[in-house]
Amino acid sequence: MLQKKISEYIIETLIKLSGLIVIGFVFLIFIFLLKDSLSLFGVYNISSFLFGTHWEPVSEPPKFGVIPLLVGSVYVTLIAILICVPIGVGTAMFIAEVAPPSIKHVLKASVEILASIPSVVLGFIGITWLGPFLKTTFYLPTGMCGLTGSLLLSFMALPTIISISEDAIVGVPKNYKEAAYGLGATRWQALWRIILPAASSGIIAAIMLGVGRVIGETMVVLMVTGNSPVIPASILQPLRTLTATVAGEMGETVSGSDHYFALFAVGLVLFIITFLVNFSAESFLRRARK
Amino acid sequence: MSTARGREKVAFAVLGLATLLTVLPILLTILYIVKNGWDGLSWEFITQVPRSGMKQGGIFPAIVGTILLIIGTMIFSLPLGILSAIYLVEYAKDNTFTRLVKLSVVNLSGVPSIIYGLFGFTLFVILLQFGTSILAGSMTLAIMSLPVIITATKEALEAVPASFREISLSLGATKWQTTRYCVLPYAIPGILTGTVLSLSRAAGETAPILFTVAAFYLPRLPRSVFDQVMALPYHLYVISTQVPNMPTQISFATALVLIILVFLMNLMSIILRAHYRKKKQW
Repeated sequence: MLQKKISEYIIETLIKLSGLIVIGFVFLIFIFLLKDSLSLFGVYNISSFLFGTHWEPVSEPPKFGVIPLLVGSVYVTLIAILICVPIGVGTAMFIAEVAPPSIKHVLKASVEILASIPSVVLGFIGITWLGPFLKTTFYLPTGMCGLTGSLLLSFMALPTIISISEDAIVGVPKNYKEAAYGLGATRWQALWRIILPAASSGIIAAIMLGVGRVIGETMVVLMVTGNSPVIPASILQPLRTLTATVAGEMGETVSGSDHYFALFAVGLVLFIITFLVNFSAESFLRRARK
Repeated sequence: MSTARGREKVAFAVLGLATLLTVLPILLTILYIVKNGWDGLSWEFITQVPRSGMKQGGIFPAIVGTILLIIGTMIFSLPLGILSAIYLVEYAKDNTFTRLVKLSVVNLSGVPSIIYGLFGFTLFVILLQFGTSILAGSMTLAIMSLPVIITATKEALEAVPASFREISLSLGATKWQTTRYCVLPYAIPGILTGTVLSLSRAAGETAPILFTVAAFYLPRLPRSVFDQVMALPYHLYVISTQVPNMPTQISFATALVLIILVFLMNLMSIILRAHYRKKKQW
């Protein structure tokens, strides 16, 4: 009996410990990013980092202004979201309310296929096909620019937006729809005026999660946006995002140098942005469940 | 009335167009890779080491590296993920600690993969001195996979009827005995489905392994968990951006192998799910 109690106690401790470890990881990620960022701010002015408009880590003296990278990330994300929200929400509405069941399964399966394509493969397609295609179509000086990145990112964000929006639309109580039909509404009127407003919290959460996914995506932007850390005048110019900067420059820095710490500071900015985006998405989701 | 019907037709046509804009590019993407990669695929390609600066030969070490990383990721993430989910479903009381665990899972699922790369580099490569190694890479990918595994396990555990637990407890079984013998066995298929899915994501990730494990060019197999390895996604990145005058056929074939590997894992999880639905008795 005593032995049983002891083993029960050990197991229970182990289970609680694993919960603690999960919390620990989030905490550690933040602490590590913060610690190395602070090492930068010891030698480099924090306001020059936050508001500096030049990212020139290897010039003399080096400039670690995060603004060009931030603008790059926001720019690419904004365009990507503008493209994929109408398409994604439209697809979700089609899957949830219009498509017959047999087609519904095929559509859902293809969205799952898209979700499983590794980002590096999409980046590769950007290099070999989409970039050159945009270059010749729009007579651009280079196909490796913000637009190429935005298009691929909007494609990548689709599964997130479609599946969560679809859940939100399907989750609207059936009697809403029935009441609308009873009053003589067409299927479209019921969908547009009754179901969609009722599902809006979930759809906003889907869009927010899409934003989080796009702004944190690394390989596609590293491969296709041209890697130019200057504030872009238009989406047709090469630019560089926060993620691509960390991924692209980390391998070239000396561990413990200012440049190395600056990349952690960039990581911290990215971490805080995605935390806020995902946190607000989660609160919209919670509201949707109620 | 007729205008309302007419409007409905137009609206549904627009929704159909949106769906087409989603599905068509997916089909074209797959076709594009298959069409261009197919001719480069051969037995030699998947069983030989790269030669002459990766411009000839095969991608055997990269395939082995990715498989080793998948196994390593599973070893580290599965126990931790399952235990955390058991905590959340079976043991958690409604208190601050529980809320923190839930919040952490949500937060981990939103952390960008490159941040995992930075974190894995500082913690495993530098602080714990594993170096750039299979060990560091697997652990980094494992942390990234945790939220998916926890969420899948949680859903699988919650799907087991409460009566199973009540009967077991009423017969005098302890909490752990109940969980171990009356809940977990029925949740295993759901857990496996989620795990395979999360591992397929890990297999295709590049950013977390950039600084933790991936080798640019290493035409031999690793000897221990402290060795670097080549990995398929990183290899594709390298040969498509860092190697000038790369024969495109090799790049396309590498992309095709990566896609096939990921799809096979997805297929496995779909088959598991179907099998599980058929066997379900309550």
